Amino acid sequence: MSLTANDVKKIAHLARLNMSDADITNYTEQLTNILDFVAQMNTVDTTGLQPLAHSMEYAQRLRPDVISEHNERTAFQAIAPQVEAGLYLVPQVIEGE
Amino acid sequence: MHKTIAELASDLENKKISSVELTQSFLTRIKQFDKSLNAFITVTEDQALSDAKAADALRAKGGAHKLTGIPFAQKDIFCTKGVKTSCGSKMLDNFISPYDATVIQHFKNAGAVMLGKTNMDEFAMGSSNENSYYGPVKNPWDLTRVAGGSSGGSAAAVAAYLAPGATGTDTGGSIRQPAGLCGINGMKPTYGRVSRYGMIAFASSLDQGGPMARSAEDLALMLNVMAGFDEKDSTSMNQPDEDFTAKLNQDIKGLRIGLPKEYFDKNLDPKIASATQAALQELVKLGATLHEITLPNTQLSIPAYYVIAPAECSSNLARFDGVRYGYRCKDPVDLEDLYKRSRSEAFGPEVKRRIMIGTYALSAGYYDAYYLQAQKIRGLIRQDFVTAFENVDVIMGPISPSIAFKLGERTDDPLSMYLSDIYTIAVNLAGLPGMSIPAGLVDNMPVGLQLVGKAFDEARLLNIAHRYQQVTDWHQRTPEGF
Repeated sequence: MSLTANDVKKIAHLARLNMSDADITNYTEQLTNILDFVAQMNTVDTTGLQPLAHSMEYAQRLRPDVISEHNERTAFQAIAPQVEAGLYLVPQVIEGE
Repeated sequence: MHKTIAELASDLENKKISSVELTQSFLTRIKQFDKSLNAFITVTEDQALSDAKAADALRAKGGAHKLTGIPFAQKDIFCTKGVKTSCGSKMLDNFISPYDATVIQHFKNAGAVMLGKTNMDEFAMGSSNENSYYGPVKNPWDLTRVAGGSSGGSAAAVAAYLAPGATGTDTGGSIRQPAGLCGINGMKPTYGRVSRYGMIAFASSLDQGGPMARSAEDLALMLNVMAGFDEKDSTSMNQPDEDFTAKLNQDIKGLRIGLPKEYFDKNLDPKIASATQAALQELVKLGATLHEITLPNTQLSIPAYYVIAPAECSSNLARFDGVRYGYRCKDPVDLEDLYKRSRSEAFGPEVKRRIMIGTYALSAGYYDAYYLQAQKIRGLIRQDFVTAFENVDVIMGPISPSIAFKLGERTDDPLSMYLSDIYTIAVNLAGLPGMSIPAGLVDNMPVGLQLVGKAFDEARLLNIAHRYQQVTDWHQRTPEGF
């Protein structure tokens, strides 16, 4: 499985990571090596086998829909990079008039 | 200070020492030695001393827990209210947690003291502790060698007596491997035994917290505090409460030990193989019998793991976006720039590598070939253990194919680093309890023996290890100079 520089650029975008040209070259080689190694998995015929998502064969626990947490917005926002009036601030998303 | 937790607890109980004195001496040792080891990211001196005062008061009043007043080091992956919780990353270098992890809360409830937060590979991704934003941890047995990872800071701190016990987390061997390489004891409990609430997530279906200490008995004492059902963790297993010290002294006569032939292969250093055999012979003297077994899909555990863990990591680490907490880049021009630059500037190379692998494996068109195939193989690996445990009570083998390697030796080749996890990874995929105990020295470096049990069989593993430690003294060896 050989990745191209364009594949790596696309993956980086999906992962919301910036990559310099040097990074792209590096990652193309490293990720190709790792994927080649991982390809060993294809030597096994797994037709009909069930995928195992959780080692304990366990169904997700449900709980009654009641309030279990208190509002701690102030505490949580005290560590935010930028807040105003209880809102998290990010660069403008929608163009104004 | 060169005592076990059990011994220190008895000294506190008998008023031979106060928690303030004990805490002060460990803080002094940290100041004296941590410059050379780099085991701590944060030392919480003031809080430790005030916790210790409270512990002494509680002991004077009566009704104290066995571990009240014992100082511990906590891996910096556990959220600690009001204290920096970095997870070894620049991304969280400014993160002061607004809440405590359940594990931390359990230690607080017991009246234990926190000395500080230990160094680790960034987001627990690594086998050498060289991926920490705060620099690598040095192995106390040889400062030019790695301490192992990702819980390298906890392992080095305990090995060098900077703390009598420490917490770790284990996703692919991150408790057992550093414990083995630093000559201490470490246990990864059954998946779901110890709450993951407030433990920063790497690969949620594999991550499990556990204790690291100087003896099997100490692990049992710590596990008593750490384990337990937690409503706040949706994968916490609702097991009855158990006293993990209760079976420590049981006879192990007739114990059937399985030795996977795949673990004693050509990749294993022959000197480690002999040390392992010598340890097994001690157990034979205690009445155990040895049986060759097979775990035929062992070789597939690394490829399956390096798809599943990165896939879960890419999903978990999507939350670090520079908006709500953690690192934010300077002057973002738009939202995409904010996400991309915050993440690129704050994640280290190994974390980015795993995010990229995971993103690829989960992307449209590749999901079946990678993630689904890996999960099917995960089922085969677990079935290997189920079959093996039909005929044996415990599985044993080495922890690592070599002794602690030199710092910098493998940093340029991520794949060679991954391959060193060969003996530990399958246990995480199968969700089973595993532990490492000191079992010898090779070239004056510690060698660990791995014990793997059936699900929820931690008490038996601790029992076997404790019996072994009553007739051997490898766990009492101390690195020179500490």
